[in-house]
Amino acid sequence: MTPIIQTKQLTHIYSPGTPFEHAALKGIDLTVDPGEYLAIIGRTGSGKSTLIQHLNGLLRPTSGQVLFDGEDIWSSKERTRQVRFQVGLVFQYPEYQLFEETVYRDIAFGPTNMGLSPDEVDHRVRQAARFVGLEDHTLEQSPFDLSGGQKRRVAIAGVIAMEPKVLILDEPTAGLDPAGAAQILGNIRAYHREKHAAIILVSHSMSEVAREAQRLVVFREGTIPYSGTPQEVFSHGAELEGMGLGVPEMTQVFARLRAMGYSVPASVYTVEQARDAILLARKGVQG
Amino acid sequence: MNLKDITLGQFFPGNSFLHRLDPRMKLLGLICYLVALFLAQWFVTYGVMLLLLVWGCAVAHIRAKTLLGGMKPVIFLLIFTAVLNMFYTPGTPLVSFWIFTITYEGILHAFFMVVRIMMLICATFLLTYTTSPLSLTDGLESLLSPLNRVRVPVHELAMIMSIALRFIPTLIEETDKIMCAQRARGADFDSGGLIRKAKALIPLLVPLFISSFRRADELATAMECRCYHGGQGRTRMRELRLRPSDWLFLAAMIVVAVAIGVLGQSGL
Repeated sequence: MTPIIQTKQLTHIYSPGTPFEHAALKGIDLTVDPGEYLAIIGRTGSGKSTLIQHLNGLLRPTSGQVLFDGEDIWSSKERTRQVRFQVGLVFQYPEYQLFEETVYRDIAFGPTNMGLSPDEVDHRVRQAARFVGLEDHTLEQSPFDLSGGQKRRVAIAGVIAMEPKVLILDEPTAGLDPAGAAQILGNIRAYHREKHAAIILVSHSMSEVAREAQRLVVFREGTIPYSGTPQEVFSHGAELEGMGLGVPEMTQVFARLRAMGYSVPASVYTVEQARDAILLARKGVQG
Repeated sequence: MNLKDITLGQFFPGNSFLHRLDPRMKLLGLICYLVALFLAQWFVTYGVMLLLLVWGCAVAHIRAKTLLGGMKPVIFLLIFTAVLNMFYTPGTPLVSFWIFTITYEGILHAFFMVVRIMMLICATFLLTYTTSPLSLTDGLESLLSPLNRVRVPVHELAMIMSIALRFIPTLIEETDKIMCAQRARGADFDSGGLIRKAKALIPLLVPLFISSFRRADELATAMECRCYHGGQGRTRMRELRLRPSDWLFLAAMIVVAVAIGVLGQSGL
């Protein structure tokens, strides 16, 4: 199977030749399979945001390659433009990019730029609005009259309406209350499931990525020290803590239990897994 | 073009002689330099001015490439000046076609004019490259403070200026971010005719305006929370203090300006 996105020795240097020169990415090799739910974690300034801007051709690599569907995204100008529609990117605090008079027209901005027919645009706008749980009457309102959480959902709908094969979201839940965060994560899951799109979630909430993603990629200073399933990654609990990332609460509890001498697995990260692991351990003691 | 690469008015932190100099003296020194630049007449005086500029760059560790890079926005002005001077200076004709005549004096004049503008800009850049916006406005406020007596709100003006300078990078960053976000939605800022380009700016300008107003509002609240009420009775954390080397610098710059004036008078 061809990976939907692949980077080869991707390197990016900001402001080369000035006192501010800074290598944000150092030879990144990353593959994303179609329909995969991937999460990127790392501290501020670890290169996450730089990476995602390469994946849809907003930044040009200093060296190395970005492939979409096995073909370089910079092979032609038209190709780059097409890739931007195929790889949807939702920036951090996307509500600040809204500009149209009505929610409907703002969501329609992307699909219209794609050159779709008015009917198709209308269909996509309504579908995208449904994905993020916006009601029909909201579509005619001005985006500036909405609440923060609603604005953000409008912005996400604006990207979903292009029906990208890869949806990248940079900290989509930052600054939202738990209910709003859960709702947005639910919207993303729905899009993932129904459209079989690959999702790349950038976050620094460990429990959030642990619950949502199938695979985690850890970033540190422009490199990828660890990647794999949540279990695999969280088994490096001490190293992650050392990087200032921390692990989910459950993993911390289990690390302490292990330190106290109980034989429980180190890679537990949800309450359900914790329950099963503890029941198993008790059985072991009794039996 | 990447907006982040604009070097206009940028500050490069450092610890050189020019960085440590008192901002007031740097400002006055720059004025001396600019006056001298307009008194310069011929190769000798221009040469001295150029040497001074090169010395400044060397001391402040600013590369010539960085300095010349900032020249990009004024290329048109330079060419325009050169062409006008070339055609409109009377003197010995060199080339002549139709109604245009290029004179020997015209070419020299154009050359000096372009060099003068370039050096003028470079010298100003040297000031902003080596002085943080904050100390620059502090210096300006201190220099203009005598105007307080004639009821010019110097402190307020300086505050406006420092806020404006402070927010230039923020606004550039914000513009860059919104541009990226709209590009990700297929916006095209680069192609098409003038009208299409102007229309393409709407998705950029609307969010930018909104966030600027929001920022202004937040800043005003933050200032009020810290009991800011104008310049009266306000003390400073960093007092500007003149050292002997500052006076020496200014004296040297005045000597240079006078000397160039004298030399220029005698046609050098």
